[in-house]
Amino acid sequence: MMNNQGRPTNTSSVKNVSNIYETFTGSQGLSQAEGLIYEIGDTERTGVDFKEVNDFKSALGGMERTNEIGLAGLTEPEVMRHYTRLSRKNFAIDLGLYPLGSCTMKHNPRLNEKMARLSGLGDIHPLQPISTTQGALDLIDTLAHWLKTMTGMPAVAMSPKAGAHGELCGLMTIRAALEAKGDARSIVLAPESAHGTNPATASLCGYRVKPIPATEDGRVDLEAMKEALGPDVAAIMVTNPNTCGLFEREIIEIADAVHAVGGYFYCDGANFNAIVGKVRPGDLGVDAMHINLHKTFSTPHGGGGPGAGPVVLSEALAPFAPMPYVIAGEENFELIEHDPTGKSFGRMTAFHGQMGMFIRALSYMMSHGADGLAKVAEDSVLNANYVLASLKDIMSASFEGPCMHEALFDDRFLKDTGISTLDFAKAMIDEGYHPMTMYFPLVVHGAMLIEPTESESKQSVDQFIGMMRHLVEKAKAGEIERFTGAPHFAPLKRLDETGAARNPVLRWRANEGEE
Amino acid sequence: MTIYYSEDHEWINVEGSVGTVGITEYAQNALGDIVFVEVPEVGDEFAKGDEVSVVESVKAASEIYSPVTGEITAVNEDLEENAALVNSSPDGDGWFFKVTVSNKDELEELMDAGDYKTFIAGLE
Amino acid sequence: MRYLPLSSDDRAKMLKKIGVQDINELFDDVPRHALLKGFLDLPLHMTEMEVEQNFSAFAAKNIAAGSVPFFVGAGAYHHHVPSTVDYQIQRGEFLTAYTPYQPEISQGTLQTLYEFQTQVAQITGMDVANASMYDGSTACGEAALMARRVTKKKKVILSGNLHPQYIEVVKSATKYTDDNIIVNDPMVETTEDLINQIDDDTSCVIVQYPDFFGNIQDYSALAEALHNRKKLLVVVTTEIVALGAIKSPGEIGADIVVGEGQSIGNGLCYGGPYAGLFATRQKYVRQLPGRLCGETTDAEGKRGYVLTLSTREQHIRREKATSNICTNAGLCTLAFTIHMTLLGEKGYRQLAKINHAGAVKLRDKLATINGITVLNSTFFNEFTVRLNKDAAEVVEALVEHDVIAGLPISRLYPKNKELKNDLLIAVTETTSEDDMDILVEELKEVLK
Repeated sequence: MMNNQGRPTNTSSVKNVSNIYETFTGSQGLSQAEGLIYEIGDTERTGVDFKEVNDFKSALGGMERTNEIGLAGLTEPEVMRHYTRLSRKNFAIDLGLYPLGSCTMKHNPRLNEKMARLSGLGDIHPLQPISTTQGALDLIDTLAHWLKTMTGMPAVAMSPKAGAHGELCGLMTIRAALEAKGDARSIVLAPESAHGTNPATASLCGYRVKPIPATEDGRVDLEAMKEALGPDVAAIMVTNPNTCGLFEREIIEIADAVHAVGGYFYCDGANFNAIVGKVRPGDLGVDAMHINLHKTFSTPHGGGGPGAGPVVLSEALAPFAPMPYVIAGEENFELIEHDPTGKSFGRMTAFHGQMGMFIRALSYMMSHGADGLAKVAEDSVLNANYVLASLKDIMSASFEGPCMHEALFDDRFLKDTGISTLDFAKAMIDEGYHPMTMYFPLVVHGAMLIEPTESESKQSVDQFIGMMRHLVEKAKAGEIERFTGAPHFAPLKRLDETGAARNPVLRWRANEGEE
Repeated sequence: MTIYYSEDHEWINVEGSVGTVGITEYAQNALGDIVFVEVPEVGDEFAKGDEVSVVESVKAASEIYSPVTGEITAVNEDLEENAALVNSSPDGDGWFFKVTVSNKDELEELMDAGDYKTFIAGLE
Repeated sequence: MRYLPLSSDDRAKMLKKIGVQDINELFDDVPRHALLKGFLDLPLHMTEMEVEQNFSAFAAKNIAAGSVPFFVGAGAYHHHVPSTVDYQIQRGEFLTAYTPYQPEISQGTLQTLYEFQTQVAQITGMDVANASMYDGSTACGEAALMARRVTKKKKVILSGNLHPQYIEVVKSATKYTDDNIIVNDPMVETTEDLINQIDDDTSCVIVQYPDFFGNIQDYSALAEALHNRKKLLVVVTTEIVALGAIKSPGEIGADIVVGEGQSIGNGLCYGGPYAGLFATRQKYVRQLPGRLCGETTDAEGKRGYVLTLSTREQHIRREKATSNICTNAGLCTLAFTIHMTLLGEKGYRQLAKINHAGAVKLRDKLATINGITVLNSTFFNEFTVRLNKDAAEVVEALVEHDVIAGLPISRLYPKNKELKNDLLIAVTETTSEDDMDILVEELKEVLK
């Protein structure tokens, strides 16, 4: 039956034709193929109009650039289309639950973006006169107050640019404090389950890392730790809640033990989301802790940064913190850029830190308030435990609950299926999800670390659980191709990482296609 | 000619006063696709147990320790272009370097083929 | 609360499924006395409007760079960013994605990084660039550490004309690595001096181009002297627009190029976040810090991109990693890449020309004023003048007249009395001729 325009309006004539022929363009409907700017554009095109410049006498001292750089340009409509098409090849929080354990992929409120772009905040220069940036200093001081209050710590170094940078800042502060006592020491203790940044950071501070084993229940082995302690131990670095998603229940004993030998307790605050508003690290004996503003306080991850990693410090460590810092005076805020005491270990970065992230984080904090922040922790822990409770009968939970804001599973449930953690993760992509963190932490085999975050609704978490149960059933039923061939429905199939590493091609070159 | 094995899964094939060193079939299998090998320079001297070389797969990197004390007399330059040789021929074309064996006693601390086989069986 | 979807009913059902009565049972591992009984001593949650009011109040106490004649540079520059850039970086698919660990669903970020790496390699005249560092200053610290890995030497010579805060960052980054950092005095050293300082222990010399005071020097002879002794030349560029006008660091012999990418695509934002550029020669690629994106193919032979050579990184090498860096400046590099693509070769060069022309024009105007001596014979868009008065006081006096005249060098060199009358002045395409004339009139008045 035809309608009056001669066009069929039902689907009875449509056959299943997906994946049976190649398209001319390489696109598949809304999944569009897109070349590099160097293949689309050229050195003549531009998307920016400039005024002409009258002749003038150059002051470049004979250093004029005469060769062609080779930069490809595009006009504005072409740029818009190119990057819009590319954007659609990304998974993102805005598109779905992003259960990447230890990364805290939560909703990014757009209010925060708007605040960071206000005139008077987004367009002020770090070195313009301090008298003309009093609002900026007020903002930094206000954020510092929130951070200190939430952590119960008396001081904070604001300038570190990311979590790992904050770790470095914290450990350098500890070393500076120890050196001031004439006793730099040589060893840092870190649990086996630590983030890779911990040993890398310790090494940059001239320390050797001694690993501490975990107990059967996924926590620091207090007895082993005590045995490793000695007068040469500068600090212990502990993530709490830890990378298995568990709260270190002997945390105060850990702190006391390291303090007893004159060492410091560095806490990796990557997982602060689980406890914000519920417990203050300062009440647990922590001496220094970085806070990933891009995790707990929702500044966007942006495809890998920028982050921000302020470090809260105890009274004893505060004098050794890096420059600069803000002081609230009677009438004005002061920005101290040069160490008046000679105790500071130096400077982490030019200027004053990630102001753009400070604005977003403070906007997030104010939106939640003291009441909302506690709810953030509670709901994130609730969602994770709900996932744990709903999957532990069918997947293999690595540790008995309760967990904190993330639930850890391992690959025992896949034993004898011929399916690996990686295969399972890739099958999640076909279901429209980003996979969880996998193969980390290293303390369990084929780890799957699931962090739903508090910004998921119950419907969303229920659908995720249903999807996971479905995949587990399919895996146990022997539907191997569903997994080993996955992803089947992503813009690309699995990529050859071996080839990429054996023959690194790290940039486009004009003659590349001719090889 | 005798081949000895270390607990770090290196083999050393001693001919006269020079040993050829590589990693075992077991090691290449555990590392997966090998993408890069950093070899020492001829003339470098190492004590037994020193870090001599690094072997990298896509997801892991391992140090190679000298099984004996001595001086490097040759390195396998083919690995620079073709690290996959370590996967395809760990005990042949995928060798890493040759080193002088200055103290034969050190060889006594290593395993022979039979002991090594027992050793890796115990790792499973 | 607008960001929290769970209702009390949901929470009750979920607690039941978990098998606990109360949410605090899930916090049983927290030492009892440490679990907070009430709320933190902070304000309660706010509406969007209330938050906006708070931030508007902060903003109102600052003077925005675009709202007055504005001449501060010194490592961060007030440029115009096309509106397309800000639209694209706020697309949720870019903004709310994580590091591209799952390449099949991250090709947008990965392809952009590949384009970014190519652009950075091209403008710096190097073979390869990484996927960015936190900013120019931290990249500079990483360059010192990389030069040590390459040369296995421990002495780093820092030009006195390197940005003083970059100098501080390098000193801090190497404070506990037993490197030996030599720092020259500002404004006096010559290339000859640097060549004479090279010794066996030297790993690299780090110079800035154009330098902190705005001068453009040819470092070819320095590069040659270094290469003859198997040492590295590290070239730092804090105003990346300059490379649209002057020879690339690669052409003058750099082995590592470090740059601050803020000028392209990124706002001033009081000092961050910015994008650190890091490029080097092919032979040193395995010594690079930070992330790298590489081309490969998928299981069906289609071209795609992945993060590669990750065995250099902390999550695998741990204490033996090339750096402890984890995050990069993802979104800032995206802004850089989009802006650079809008510019293209033609626009980038024209932008550089406009910046330089403006600076030449202002130099000419200032040179006629009594009480001002222009110290530079060469410069790109920034130069130093010596006043007949304390520069910090002059700048403060002009703030009263709504002019931000530049950076008094003394702010960064408080102990160097010989620099206290020196003022660093930057011009960009956003500086109008009216702005320049206002500055000239105000300076005439105050220097009388």
